[in-house]
Amino acid sequence: MADARINVPAECRRGEPFEVRISIRHAMETGYRTDAAGKSIPRNVIQRFDCRYNDVLVFSVRMGPGIAANPYLRFFVTARDSGTLAFDWIDDSGVRASAQAAIKVA
Amino acid sequence: MRDRSGAVRRFLPLSAALIAHTATQLACAQTRTLPLDELRSGITFAGADVRAMQADDFANPGMLWVDRGESLWKRASPDGASCESCHGDAKASMRGVAPRYPAYDTTTSRVLDLEARIDDCRVRRQKLPPLQRESGDMLALTAYVATQSRGLPASVSIAGPARATWERGRDFYYARHGQMNLACAQCHEQHWGQRLYSETLSQGHGNAFPAYKLEWQSLGSLQRRIRACLFGVRAQMPEYGAQELTDVELFLAWRGHGLTLEAPGVRR
Repeated sequence: MADARINVPAECRRGEPFEVRISIRHAMETGYRTDAAGKSIPRNVIQRFDCRYNDVLVFSVRMGPGIAANPYLRFFVTARDSGTLAFDWIDDSGVRASAQAAIKVA
Repeated sequence: MRDRSGAVRRFLPLSAALIAHTATQLACAQTRTLPLDELRSGITFAGADVRAMQADDFANPGMLWVDRGESLWKRASPDGASCESCHGDAKASMRGVAPRYPAYDTTTSRVLDLEARIDDCRVRRQKLPPLQRESGDMLALTAYVATQSRGLPASVSIAGPARATWERGRDFYYARHGQMNLACAQCHEQHWGQRLYSETLSQGHGNAFPAYKLEWQSLGSLQRRIRACLFGVRAQMPEYGAQELTDVELFLAWRGHGLTLEAPGVRR
């Protein structure tokens, strides 16, 4: 279970780009904040986000502390065959998470 | 201090006697200083980008908490009861609930806000430990329950046993607080629409809570927002769940009667 919301079209036309939207629940702790006692809160942001379309990497992001919490990504993928969009991401603390969406190509 | 009509100085209590006098006046008349036809939700003071974020269920980060709330709703406790086992589908059973809150609970003889009501159910019926206010799970469940009433008008009752809570909330609202010695009414009744530094003061309603505040980079409750305002006037912040916060929540809900619920709202 990953805290993510994914939005893809119900049906895509072969050869045409379709919009993918994903928002991920992550605090994206910058590392610049301090707690009430004055101690620095360690940085923990999503480092890398990949999107594979039927196992082929089609979109990849390297993020840093400049990205706001609960990152929202919107990108386009060209429709080829029906299959699966697999999203994987890893943060500074090494926690990996993933999500999937089914793609139907007419 | 003059407001737009130039005649409301009596709503700035400067002494205990004046506070008592004002409270009596208000108690007798139950006057609304902010007329119902002048109510404006905080979203009308927000910029286009914030309005767009709230309007789009996908872009609204608060929906991440609503999703988590939906899975928590279905999660069974050790003795088998989930929220769902008693309340069924929340879309049906929880619609119309949030607009009535805070509400008086006859079993505990207290006015409970939505968070307290959820905890009461957890402890008494599910035999689970209470959730910590502002914890991820508490916010998720509150957001999930509240969003089932999105679009419905706020409609709390201050009749009978709830009246005392409302009165305390009203007195708190009109009293000066903190090092800055400011009352809620001074910003949100006398000067709403005007600017405080770069910000335009809203009327200070709670109809969009729990809300995703961009400043917090998280969903947060109305109690968190009220505490933040008190921090702003350099006052002692009551602890989460304190009586004063529930008092003010009830007063705010009454003050914003008829405003549509927007949970999960998006605010700056």
